[in-house]
Parts: sequence; structure tokens; C-alpha cells
Amino acid sequence: MNWILAAEGAESGSNVLLPPTYELIIGSVAFLVIFFALSKFALPNIRKTLEARTESIEGGIAKAEKLQQEASITLAQYRQQLSDARSEAAKIRTAAESERTNLISEARTEAQVVAQTVTQQANAQIEAEKSKAVNELRLDVSKLAIDLASKIVGASLQDDARAKAVIDQFIKDLESAGGKR
Amino acid sequence: MANFITLSEVTCKFGDNECPFPAPGAGIFEWQPLASFNLFGFTSIEVTKPVILAMLCTVIVSVVFIAAFAKPKLVPTGLQNVVEVGYLFVRDNIAREIMGKDGDRFVPLLTSLFFFVWSMNVMAIIPGAQFPVSSRFAFPVVLALIVWVVYMFLGMKNQGVVGYFKNIAFPPGMPIGIYPLLTPIELLSTLIIRPVTLAIRLFANMFAGHLLITVFTVSAWYLLNLTNFVGFVSVIGYLGSVVSFIVTIVLTGFEMFIQALQAFIFTLLTAVFISSSLHAEH
Repeated sequence: MNWILAAEGAESGSNVLLPPTYELIIGSVAFLVIFFALSKFALPNIRKTLEARTESIEGGIAKAEKLQQEASITLAQYRQQLSDARSEAAKIRTAAESERTNLISEARTEAQVVAQTVTQQANAQIEAEKSKAVNELRLDVSKLAIDLASKIVGASLQDDARAKAVIDQFIKDLESAGGKR
Repeated sequence: MANFITLSEVTCKFGDNECPFPAPGAGIFEWQPLASFNLFGFTSIEVTKPVILAMLCTVIVSVVFIAAFAKPKLVPTGLQNVVEVGYLFVRDNIAREIMGKDGDRFVPLLTSLFFFVWSMNVMAIIPGAQFPVSSRFAFPVVLALIVWVVYMFLGMKNQGVVGYFKNIAFPPGMPIGIYPLLTPIELLSTLIIRPVTLAIRLFANMFAGHLLITVFTVSAWYLLNLTNFVGFVSVIGYLGSVVSFIVTIVLTGFEMFIQALQAFIFTLLTAVFISSSLHAEH
């Protein structure tokens, strides 16, 4: 069974914790080359690019903010204009309404005045016609009555004052009889 | 210094029941140099697999970042999109999270650290590479040393040389009686333990992960070896092999998580250390 426990065989004899000089040199040079390559040629470029990227992103954000601000200002202006227009329209409508009411009431008043005038004139004319008719009638009736009475009683009724009193009495009776009817 | 020393040297074959279990050990972290050359007579550079992988990581990280951010667009597409996510992760979740706006200065350092460490870790599961570069102690050590130098320098720069050490040794706002206890701990902690644990944490995690995956991979292969036996033992062998294989796959998934996590922790702690150097602790 000696193969299971077999020793390693030839050991190198050198200590892994004792670095050989050439490896130290190679290691230093390797790192310095990388450091030089990166810090001189690679990283300054990307740093600038990243800064530019940040700037462009922030610039974009600022621009967007500015645009938004402008948009909201414009919106406010539009709203203002809209509400102005609305209130103006309302004003115009109110004015029109009141004008219409005025016109109507004026027309009505005028019409009433005209109607009244016409009515008054008509009334006055009717009154005049009436009084004229009454007067004429009275004259005719009195004449008729006098004639009739003269024929009946003779000329005794030529005395004007008495005749007139009798006629008036007669007409009065006539009127009161007419009023009763 | 062989790669899979035990595996290659034992040269087990299927059905060879006398073959001892070639348990993977520290040897699997040692690599034969493919080439070697002298650096100004100072030291020899051995071109081993970890070294090649480290250079590969360097090239990949650098090229990917430069390619992704060569002409960055405001609206990212393709590669830029992907790499940007990584960059923003380090910036927002590490640098700014720990240091706030102060952290922006250190994003290049932290990004380099994060992606270098991560790429070295990820090499553990890339087919063909399959070796975490950061399990070679030298790489975490170097990075921890760089971090140490950076935060020490920043501390002395921001708080003054004397002020910095005074703030480390005698954190303000403590009762005087506690200083005999606190001062040695704080000095040791800030000056030595911080970088050491930073390096060892990364190294040990990657080392252990790789070792685990290797153990189960070798087991899956080795237990098939028992099939020359008949009956019960053979069934056990098959079962063990299948289970080991499944565990290998599960562990690989787990390692993916650990690799990213360790890179994140390494970078996060770096940010914490730098942050404590910028302002005296309370």
C-alpha cells in the first residue's frame, strides 16, 4: 500500500516565500508599464468623456427644465387669454341683453304712449261727436216740442224764458227716464 | 526544478497500480526557465511561464484600456462599454467609497492595481495559461511594496514627516494611559504588518486555490488508474475520479469568484491605507 502514502518525490528545494530577484524586477516593470499606459493614455480620455457626459446629461436636464418652464408660462398666457376672451364675451352678451331689454321696453313704452294718444284722441272725438249730437238733438227736440206744444196750446209758449224752462224740465225727465232704463 | 515534477518524474501510466499518488506540492509553483539572459551583470532574468504570463497580463491590460478609451464616445459602445464598467467600479466602489472626492486623484493607481492583480489571478483558469501569476510571491510583494511606498510618501507629504510618524505612534484622541500598549501595535501595524499582510493575503489565496484545483485534477486522473483492479475497488476508483472531476469544475467556478474578490480586497485596502495617510486617524 505504499503508493497511497507515496512521498512527493523530488522537491524543488527553493522556498516559495523567497521571491527571486528577476521576478521582482519583472513585477515592478509590469506594474509601472500598466500604470503609465493607463494614467497617460487611457484614463484621461475616459475621464474627460465622463465629465462631458455628465455635463451633457445635466445640460439636457437644464434645457428640459427651461423648456418646461417656457411651456408652463405659455400655458398660463393662453389660459389668461382664454379667460379674458370668455369674460369679454360674457360682457358683450350682457350688454346685448340689456340693450335688447332696453329696446323692448322703449318700444313698449312708445307703443303704449301711441296707443294712449290714439285712444285719447278717439275718446275726445267720440265725446265731441257725442256732445255735438246731443246738442243737435236737443235743439231739434226742443224745436219739435215747441212746435208741437204751440200747435197744442197756441202761441202761449212763445215766451222764451218760460218755454226754455219747460223744455229743460222735459229733457231732464227724458234723461232720467233714459238713465233708469 | 520541474513543472509537475512529481507527475513527470513518476511517469505513471494507466493500469500501473504500483504508481504512488503524485500529490502536488510546492513544486507545481516552480518553473523551468525557457530562456535566461543577463541584466547588466546585475542579475539574470529567467524567462519562466509566470514571467511570460505577467508580461502577457501587462500587454493585455494596457492594450485593452488604451483601445477601449482611445476615442471614447459620449454614448459608449462595445469595448468602451465593458471597460467603462470596470473603470467606474474602481472609481465609485473603491476610490470614492473610501476617500470621497479625494479619491479621484488615485483612480489611475487603483485601476492599474485592480486590473493588474485581477488579470494575474484570472490566468489561473485561462486554458493554456492555467497558472495564477500572483501565486508567485514576488508579484504580490512588489505590488505591496509599491503601495507601501505610496502611502508612506503621501502620509509624510500631507502630515509632515514628524507629524505623520507622530500620528501613527500616538493616534490623537486616546487616553494617555493606553499609549504604552497602543504605540508599538500601531507602529508595527502601519509600517510592517500592512504591507506584509497585503502581499501574503493575495499570494496565499492564489497559491491555495491553484493547489486545490491541481490536487483534484490529479486525483481525477489518478483514480482512473485503479481500474486495473476488478470489482469494488474499480467502482470506488471511478466514483472518486468522477467526484474529483466535478469538484475541480466547482472549484474553478469558486476560484473565479476568489480571483475577483482578492483583486478587489487588494485595491480596497490600498485605498484605505492611502485614505489614512491623507488625514490623521482619530
